[in-house]
Order: sequence, then structure tokens, then C-alpha cells
Amino acid sequence: MNCSGAQILVEELIKHGVKTVFGYPGGAVLDIYDELYRNAHRIEHIISAHEQGAAHAADGYARVTGKPGVVIATSGPGATNLVTGIANAYLDSIPMVAITGNVAVSLLGRDSFQEVDIIGITQPIVKHSYIVRKVEELEFVLSEAFWLASTGRKGPVLVDIPKSVQKELCEYPGSRRHSSPPSSQVSDLDLTEALKFIANSKRPYIYCGGGVLAAEAEEEIVSLSQRLSAPVGLSMMGLTAIPASYPLNLGMSGMHGKYAASMAQSKADLILAVGVRFSDRATGNVAEYTKNCTVIHIDIDEAEIGKNITSVVELCGDAKAILQKLLEKLPLARQEEWLETVAAYRKKDECREKELYFTPGNILRYIANAVPPETVVATDVGQHQMWTMQHYRFERTRTLLTSGGLGAMGFGLGASIGGCVGNEKNPTLLFTGDGSFGMNLNELATAVSQQLPILIVLFNNGVLGMVRQWQYMFYEERYSSTTLGRKTDFVQLAKAFGADGKTIHSMDELKQAFSQGFPSDGPFLLDCRIDGNERVYPMIPPGGSVKDMMMQQGGEAHE
Amino acid sequence: MNDRFIVGLVVANHHGVLNRIAGLYGKRGYNIDSLAVGETEDPRFSRMTIVSTGNRNIRTQVVKQLNKLHDVVRAELLDAPDTISVEHLLIKLKTQETGNAEVVSLINRYGGKILDLGEHFIIADVTGSTQHIHAFITQCIPFGILELCRSGSLALSGGTEKILSAHQKNKFN
Repeated sequence: MNCSGAQILVEELIKHGVKTVFGYPGGAVLDIYDELYRNAHRIEHIISAHEQGAAHAADGYARVTGKPGVVIATSGPGATNLVTGIANAYLDSIPMVAITGNVAVSLLGRDSFQEVDIIGITQPIVKHSYIVRKVEELEFVLSEAFWLASTGRKGPVLVDIPKSVQKELCEYPGSRRHSSPPSSQVSDLDLTEALKFIANSKRPYIYCGGGVLAAEAEEEIVSLSQRLSAPVGLSMMGLTAIPASYPLNLGMSGMHGKYAASMAQSKADLILAVGVRFSDRATGNVAEYTKNCTVIHIDIDEAEIGKNITSVVELCGDAKAILQKLLEKLPLARQEEWLETVAAYRKKDECREKELYFTPGNILRYIANAVPPETVVATDVGQHQMWTMQHYRFERTRTLLTSGGLGAMGFGLGASIGGCVGNEKNPTLLFTGDGSFGMNLNELATAVSQQLPILIVLFNNGVLGMVRQWQYMFYEERYSSTTLGRKTDFVQLAKAFGADGKTIHSMDELKQAFSQGFPSDGPFLLDCRIDGNERVYPMIPPGGSVKDMMMQQGGEAHE
Repeated sequence: MNDRFIVGLVVANHHGVLNRIAGLYGKRGYNIDSLAVGETEDPRFSRMTIVSTGNRNIRTQVVKQLNKLHDVVRAELLDAPDTISVEHLLIKLKTQETGNAEVVSLINRYGGKILDLGEHFIIADVTGSTQHIHAFITQCIPFGILELCRSGSLALSGGTEKILSAHQKNKFN
């Protein structure tokens, strides 16, 4: 059968199980959009307000479904607008296939209208990328792109398709499929070595990250924790790996992690690290971090092992398979003393806030209890993001969409759109701040036109809170450019986009809003007016260790 | 000189591959001292030799990161003592009105070949270890170097254990 490049693209998307793509049309993708129009009954296209929003939506979709998110943009500005979204997916190892149009092959390299070298621009932030110069290569490239994005350490793959290639015809067998080579096996020697260290440990600690979600090894982590009496600390990317209600789940560790997680980590004699990359925000001072313990590092990416932390045993491969092998041979070990120590640490994290105060913690705890546990939650970046990690209790895996590695303000709304679509358009939450929301709020238009029930909880404090917090702590309260002084009326703004909202000043007003309910066919915004001086604690200052942990304003942690 | 290390790579032979590899070194802050690249016996693949400087951590990271690139079939650290490494030098020297005996004798001592001889210049070709080339260049300075061009190191592992070939079982087969 002879098909055009655009036809091959759409057929390949469908073949790879893509039901929804996000994107924005333009001159260099007209042929692709023409084909999407013809196939609208087979594949849904959601148009965003800006390509960045579409990229974040594809990212959110992938986080919820575990399948590659697909975004389409035109050449030039369309392609450059994807860059933040691609970088975000790269740093969080999210499977994504980004399709960009480009000028016709004959016009490439001539600085033609809307031509950019998007392959060059995105080179450091993709797992791999292709420019397809011949239509005959397209089928192979697309199936390899999907395979690369979703196997091994996942990540974004970019396919740049010049306009002429979209139009050209070629024979299309449609039968090509990539299969994964068998993943590398860990040696029995290494496993025995790991078992030896585990057996000798009196104070084991499990530290798990996004790799646990990617490998679907959540159950194995709980089994391991129970078997070893090991508490579990989570990186932000791994936060939904095990339920908050699991008794040995200490929550997030790191700069704004829970007291118990950081303390247990620092007192442990062995860290079993699974699917984590020990980022600077998670470890603080690396030398202090591993001073009292040895590390067994399990990761699918060989380059992560030994990159930031030296481990005694390196187990490179699929976390689920490795954990299953370890579990086969691990005896039950009760470490009563260690469990008591950990329980004492946990007490410090117990909430002492009066419930009637309109604080971020109370707002988050209230909402977490008011919505079903399977609700997908997106966040933006900043103080509200850290508060969400600390106070919202996640019970189900893959219910958190947050920008971890890149820390991209403006991620949230797009991600919540993708997450909502990926979760069968069920009610979705977005926690955001007035700073982050201001960056990409144009996507309200998308949420309204797609009739997506997204509840936007805006922590509105009129300042760029996280940067301001650093200015408070490290720059002698010189609040350079963080006091916004804007007059934006977010409820009116929501209305202008065709949505609705309410301004909330108290817990009572919040509860009242929830008792009245929210629309099921569109977004709703709660403009929560919180105090601009609220700060995020605990905090381990950058490059510091648990010894430097600040628990409240000016206070320090004491054992 | 102690921290100098050589990486040998077999890579896909198409446009953009060099960019990705150089980009990886640049992004992670590893310096490239020399880079040599050429097609292998199978035109689908090229072989590269990259010399850089760095401690053990950097070396292992470089090789692991290179192996993650989809276009890299295989990258290996060539650090064994029996590694064979040579460099190629083309040099254009001024000739003296008083005769060229001294220059010619220097070239001969370093096992070089004379490729061209003009009225005011001589072009020689010298092959050997990087130290050999260094020493030769130093000796040439008094004669007057007009221009020179070095290939960068080329390296193969010694023996038959660590073979880097396009025909190995790799992710493209």
C-alpha cells in the first residue's frame, strides 16, 4: 500500500496504542493535521493554547498512564516552544514522543521561514532524536522512537519530519515492531554480596524514587520493607510508590523532606536505594549523606550508579526483577530497636497546627480527605509544591504529576490537562501558586473547551514564595523582585476564560466550597488567599546535612 | 599527563553523531584533548578515538554516558598497558639556504617520511606515540615550523580480548 508520510505517522501512532495526542497546528504540519482530521474517529487531538502547554500535557498523560505521551508542533517557534516540556520529561525520565514539522528537505539549512535546527537545540535534553529526510525511513524511525521512549530508562524522543517528507509517498507495510533485547541480568555474585550486607544491617533504610514507578515495583518495596523492618523514605519522583498510610512510609526525604525520613536516613547503617539518582536536592552534602552507612544501589541506568554516590554493591537492571530475586532469599528480620527509633522520629512530624487556621498544611490535609484517593494531583513549582509533598497524603501510585528534576514553573496546568485526559476525564486536582499559575494560565482555555473537571487550588500569597524564602534566609530579607504587587483577580480571570471560581479566605469558606461541589464539565478555581510569610519547613539548606535541618523559623532540629 | 585517558568507540556513521558525542563531553564538562574519527570496514559504522583528561570517576562516567547514546554501538575505556596508541603528524618546515641535511637527519631519526620538498619548505610525515610526536615537534622549532597538523591519537586494545568491532553483536543487529 502506498502511503504519504503524514499517513504513515498517523498509522504508526495508532499502531503504538496512542489514543490522544496533544499539539498545535502550523504551516509545517498541515499535512499531519489533515491526516488527523480524516482519522478523528480513531485518534483524538487536543489543541492547547501554546505548545509548551501541549508538551506538559503529553508529559502528564504519560505520568498517569505509564505510556508515552505524544505532542505535535510545527517548525520553528512551534518546536522551540516545546523545549521546556521536553527538558522536563528528560529530567524526570518520562516517556514522550515529540513530533515536529520542519521545512521541506530542499529548504533545510537555508534559514528558511520558521526553520530552526530543533535537533541541535534539543540534543542535550532528549534520549534520542531523528530528522527524517526520506519517507522510506519513517516507519522504522517511529517504531524505534516509541521503543526507545518507553524502554530502559524512559525519556523523550524527538522526531523532526520535514514537510516534503509528510507529502511524499512510499510503500508502507506497517508491520515493523521493535522488541526489547533481554535486559541485563545481575550476577549471582552481586546478589549474594547484597544479601550479605543486608543480613549484617541493624538499621536498614529503603530509599526509593521514580524508578520504582517506572518498573512497577511498588509491591516489592513494601514486601522488602516488611521483611527487613526497614522504613522507607521517598524522593519526590517516588512519592506515590507506596501508600502514605503504610506505617513505615516516612514520606519525602531531602531539602524539604520530612523530619523522620531525613533522620532515619542519617542514622541508618545501610541504604537500599531503588530507582533514585541522588540529586543534590535529595542528598544535600554528599559526604555527610553517606558518612554512617553503606549503599546498595539498584538502577536500570548504569551511569546513575556511582555518579553522585559511591555504593558498595551495584545492581544494574530492572528494579522489579532484582527485588524479586532478593526477596526470594531474604529471611524475616525484626529490628525492634530500630523500629522504635524510627517511630520516635515520626512523632516529630505529627501535625501540631490548629485545624481552624487557614494554612497551606490545613488546606492540603482537608482536600486530601475530601477527594477520593485515586484523584490525580498535579502541582506547579515552588512552596505550594513542597507543601503538597509534605501534607497531601498520597495513597495510590501514579497520582502525582510534578516537575521534579527541572522544577519548571508553569508545568502544572498543562500537566493536569494531560493527567485528566489520561485518567478518563475524572475530576483532577491542581495545586499551584500565583507565580507558577501566571506563567501558563492560558491553558485554562484548553481545560474549558475540553470540559475537563480540574479543580485549581491556587495558593495566592502575592509573592514568589520559594525564592522569597531563600531571600529571607540567605539574603538578609532583600526581597528583590519577589513581591509581585499584581492586581490580578483570578476568579474574574477564570470567568473570562469561561470557567468559574471562588475566593477563599478561611477553612470555613473552603469547606463550604467543597460542600457545594464543583462542576463536572469544566475547571473551577479556588483562589486561596494565604499569608505571604508562610515558609516551608523542615528545610535542610543547600549543601547541608540533617544536622543543619531547620524545623521552624530560626529553629533547629534536636534529637 | 597521568590523568590522560583514551576511549575507543564504534558509532553509527550518519550525520549528527559527532555532535551528540561532542555535546555529551561539553554538557558534562569533560575536556576533549584529541578526537579522531574514520569509517570502519563496514560503511554503516565509524570508529572514534577520544583522548581526554580526568580522574577515575570521570573516566567511568564518560564511558557509561557514551554507552547510553543510541548512536554509540560500544564505547570502551582503553586503559590497559598493552593498548596500542599512535598519532600521525604532518609538518611543513622552513628549509635553509645552507642545505637540508640537518632537517632530513632529524626526520630520519624520528622515523619520518618526506612527502614533499620545495624551494623553501619541506613536508614530513611522522607517526608514533604522542610523546614521540611531542619530542619531534620540539626538535623542529629551531628550524622554523610553517604549519603542522596532527591526527589525534588512534588506539586499539592489545590482544584479542577487548575487540571493538562493528560486527560484534550490537543494538543495531
